[in-house]
Formats: sequence, structure tokens, C-alpha cells
Amino acid sequence: MKIHEYQGKALFADYGVAVLKHAVAGTPEDAAQAFHNLGGGLAVVKAQIHAGGRGKGTFIEHPEQRGVQLVRSADEAQQVAARMLGKTLVTIQTGPQGKKVNQVLVESGCNIAREFYLGIVLDRAAAKPVLMCSSEGGVEIEKVAAETPEKIFKEHFDPAQGLEAFQVRKLCQKLGVTGVAVRAAEQFMKQLCRLFVDLDCSLVEVNPLVLTGDGQLIALDAKMTFDDNAAFRHPELAELRDLSEENEAEIRASKTGLSYVKLDGNIGCLVNGAGLAMSTMDIIKLHGGEPANFLDVGGGANTEQVTEAFRIILSDPNVRAVLVNIFGGIMKCTTIAEAIVSAAKTVGFQVPLVVRLEGTEVEEGRRILESADVKIIPALDLTDAAQKVVAALQG
Amino acid sequence: MSILIDKNTKVICQGITGSVGAFHTRGCLAYGTKMVGGVTPGKGGQTAEGLPVFDTVIEAKDKTGCNATMIFVPPPFAADAILEAIDAELDVVIAITEGIPALDMVRVYDRVKRSKSVLIGPNCPGVITPGQCKIGIMPGYIHQPGKVGIMSRSGTLTYEAVWQTSNLKLGQTTCVGLGGDPIVGTSFIDVFRWFQEDPATEAILMIGEIGGTAEEEAAAFVKQHVSKPVAAFIAGAAAPPGKRMGHAGAIISGGKGTAAEKQAALRDAGIEIALSPADMGAAMVRAIEKHRRR
Repeated sequence: MKIHEYQGKALFADYGVAVLKHAVAGTPEDAAQAFHNLGGGLAVVKAQIHAGGRGKGTFIEHPEQRGVQLVRSADEAQQVAARMLGKTLVTIQTGPQGKKVNQVLVESGCNIAREFYLGIVLDRAAAKPVLMCSSEGGVEIEKVAAETPEKIFKEHFDPAQGLEAFQVRKLCQKLGVTGVAVRAAEQFMKQLCRLFVDLDCSLVEVNPLVLTGDGQLIALDAKMTFDDNAAFRHPELAELRDLSEENEAEIRASKTGLSYVKLDGNIGCLVNGAGLAMSTMDIIKLHGGEPANFLDVGGGANTEQVTEAFRIILSDPNVRAVLVNIFGGIMKCTTIAEAIVSAAKTVGFQVPLVVRLEGTEVEEGRRILESADVKIIPALDLTDAAQKVVAALQG
Repeated sequence: MSILIDKNTKVICQGITGSVGAFHTRGCLAYGTKMVGGVTPGKGGQTAEGLPVFDTVIEAKDKTGCNATMIFVPPPFAADAILEAIDAELDVVIAITEGIPALDMVRVYDRVKRSKSVLIGPNCPGVITPGQCKIGIMPGYIHQPGKVGIMSRSGTLTYEAVWQTSNLKLGQTTCVGLGGDPIVGTSFIDVFRWFQEDPATEAILMIGEIGGTAEEEAAAFVKQHVSKPVAAFIAGAAAPPGKRMGHAGAIISGGKGTAAEKQAALRDAGIEIALSPADMGAAMVRAIEKHRRR
């Protein structure tokens, strides 16, 4: 689960990680009031969406407006907020359709001496969390990692012990942070690592992290992602979820216990197992088609879940054909066959349906489909299925 | 011969009294696996699926002589169940449970690497040595005793590979499901090492997926240490960056972990690549033939 910058900053503040004074505004008037409350002078208005690259992103409705802007008066704050709120921001991370902005953050300015990057993730290869810093702050860290990996410094830490003080000193030396700022860095980095562990994060990112003229370290941004598998022990985080940021069909699927990801193609896919679902997308593409979705019904799905899966797939107006690919293990082919028959009755198939069944109770499953009055195109194997579904699009 | 498990392996099921644990215990018994008991805290003294249930793993080991476990304990308690099996020094600990928090696995991984146990999974279909021992949720009948060692990060895609190698009459020595989570107990490299040392395994098929760098690390190992023919398939070539494809581990982040990068590394190590999931068995045959001509 992802959260907004302002929510992340509230959590940072709870952990004693320095952030600037700020307020959230849902209307242009609120943004003007927020500017006023911050004491005037200088402030930054930032669009709140679950995606990075906002500073360079532009609005579909106002191509000249960026997702982050410096303002010098309450009037200006109001005008900028009016150009952002209710409008659609497109960044390198949102895709061309962009994301609607429902809130802006109004934040006071500060005296920036230097900018850094800081990120905490799980390092899979080391099987430990790792704190990463770079002196190249404010820019795309992926670019730094690709072009100048020597400018990224890493320290792994034990979740139970947290980051050690000496590790902070090592990082400060590499970053060229000296004097009183080292003390500030100790608090900042150690507390962020603690936050990462306490809240079961999969990502905490501060880009940029700034060093002020008077030696303070401040998080100018706050990006957090939580491990969904640990949601059961963090009921308090559930209320931070912003459903308007998520795809409607994906929310529906997760409620039904299905794993669904919307894609841009026109061939709907219904598969059991994540690996096979990915490979089904791959083979469709190999044969010249474009998958409309990733959908894993899982191993233990029943007829109702599979029927709902069909509803979700067919609710995508781009879908022109559907490919069902089942290798029954725990999942019985008869369950799928019955679900297809039931979905044909209750949902109705207006598009060609190609079905490839293999595995547990396959003969019985095929018989159910043959004897039912459902128009399907049976496929012998994976290649046959992909070719038939691509051909069905043309026919 | 085989790796990890064979006809003499004595297996318990942690979580045997749950519906899923019970169902798959029956499946393993039906396949001929030597299931000798189960563990559910608080239910010691009962029987389940005709097997004795114990309160602790160490008690189960003392009374049954088990050396392997199959874990179906729900995610909040699964890390503890794995640690208990490691503490009891069982040789092979197979965690089927899906949805264990990643930081729990950091703690478990650290302990398992300092122990005598091998941990397979979590979030995996299990391990099978065809005709001898099945520990997990895979459909037994698609397997056939033979000469290919198979390892995979995914479940049903492994069945696809098994099915293809069975239809081509290659058969399998042992099939290992490593699991789809970011942190799992056993890596491709571990399994390559075991298959290389196993005289019955004549060829090796690896099924990877997007995300992480496990396949690249495996490629480097194969180049140095594996003399047997190897074929590989990477799932997720069509997946867009930044979207998690079902498995917590299957995500392309920061432009890293793409199928193309992994295929390039594998090809560089002399591994035969299947570009289509329908081509896994055929790619294994090509790898074996190339190897023979060398």
C-alpha cells in the first residue's frame, strides 16, 4: 500500500524525523489560508498523488503548470492550487492517463545548502533492509544508479538492532556531512530505519533530503510503501489508504481474493497461478497480441470467485477476446468449467472465449464445456491457445 | 538418486488440523509419501488423517523420527513455525504458506543460514521426487521419474514445465519450488549445486521470473560450476515496470529485474533459453543435444 506525502510526513514527525511546517488543502481558499498560517514569505504548493516525478510532471488541463511550485503570496498559492485541484497530473510514473489531484500540500520554504537522496528498501540478495544515500539529491535516483553507482552509499542493518551510530558516521563522511549536522543525521537516519521496521515498510524514500544553512537535516519529500503481507498487524495504517488512487477493478479483485492488474491491451486473461499468468501474457505478446490484464485466480478459487473474475475482465471496455488458461493442480478443471458455464449465463460473453484446460479432472472439465450450450474455442496447448485468441480478434 | 527428499524421508505437517493442511496431507499420503504425524499447538494427543498430532515439533521428532516438515501455518504464525522446525534440526523444512511479512523472513533467513536445516519457500508449491516422495501441493500424476532436475519461483508454471518434460519422456529427478517471495530460504544457486552433485540428474531446467537479481546470480554460478546441460525460462517479459505481478517478488523496479536482462545473463552463461512458456521442454531437449555434440 502506498500513501500520500502529507501522510508520510505526519508519520515522520511522529518519529522525530524533521519535516517543514505544512498544511493540506482541498480547496484553493484553504491553500491561501494555509499560506497565511505558515507565516507568509515563501511556500511551496505540491500536488498530492501516489506517484513520483511531480516536479517535472504537467497537468493535462494546464500544460504549463508543474506538479510542484514555489509561491510568494496567498493569492498566488490560491491560483496555483486552483490549477492543480481536480485536475489530472501526468508524470513519468503515472502513465499517459495521469492521476487526478484531490489535495495539495502547502509547505514553508527553507534555506537549502545541499540536497541528498535517502532511501530504505529490503535488499533481497542480502536478505536485510538497507539504507541508501547519495550526494546526488533531488534527481532521479534510477539514473544515478545506472550511470554513477559509486555515488550511492549503502549500509545494511539488522531489523531488531536498527542502524548503528557508527554506520551514520560512515555515511556522513562519504556524503561530506560534517560538524553539528552529523548529530542531526544520527537522529534522522536511525529514526527513519526504526520507522521502516516498526511499520513494516517495503520502501521509505526521501528525495530530496536537505541540509540547511544552519546544519539541520530536513525531509522535503516523504514516500512510503507498506508490505501488504504485514497489514494484519497494522490496523492503524488501513485508514491511510486512498481508494481514489487505485484502479476500481483492482480494488474489486482484491476484495474477492483475486490478483488483478489492469494493462493496456485487448485480450483478457484468466489464469491460475502468478507465474503461469505472467507467462500467458508473454505468449500472447509473442504471437502478436496485447494482454488487457494480469489475473491470477489462485489455487483454491471457487465458482463464485471465478465468475467474479470474468465480470472484472469483461468490465474493461477494451477487452475484445478472453483467454482462459488453467493448469489444474489444486484447482480442478471441473470448477473452472462450471464457472465458465455459470458466467455465460449470468454475465454473458459478447467476445470470443478461448479455453485451454490441463491438469486435475481435465477430461471431466472438457465434457462439462462440450455438453453445455456455451460457445467456446477449445485450445490444445499454450501455443494453440495464444494463436487462437489472437486470430479471434481479427475474425 | 534425487536431491533433498526420497522414499525414506519421514514427513510431518505443521498445521495438519487446518483444512488446507489436512487436504494436502491426504494428497501426500495418497502419493505414497511417508507422512508420520502432524503438529498443531494445543491439539497434541489427537489424530488427524490417521496420524498422531503433537504440540511441538521436537516432540514429533522424538516420537516419529521425522526429518522433514511441510508447513501450512497461517501467515501471522508461520515465521514462528519455521523457526521451531529449524530449532528441532529437521533436515528439510518446506514452507507452503503464502503471505508472510517480508521482515519476518529477514529474521528467519538469518537463523536458517546458521542452522543445519534447509528451508524451501515460503510461498512455494513444495518439493517432489517423482515416484518416491511428494511434499507440497503439486498434482502428483503429471510427474514421471526421469533425468531432469527442475527448479522454479512459481507454482503452476512449474506444472507446465513438468508436463512438457513428462510428455517428451525426459522425466524428472526432483522438482523444487523455491517460492515467489522477495526473501526465500533457498536460492537457485543452492539447487544448482545439489543437482550438479546428484548423479541421477542429467540436465537442469530453471524457471525464473522478473524482479530481483536471483537469476543473474544463478547464471554466474552456472558459468563457473555447472557442467550439465541447462535450459531456462523467465516469466514476465510482457509485464510493465512498477506493477507487482501477483508474487511479492515479481516487480520490475527502477528499470531493474527485466526479463531481457535476465535472459542475456543466462545466455551468456551458455544456458538454452525458452522464449515461450510452451517451449520449456523443447529448450531442455535442445540443451541436452548441444551438450552431447560438444
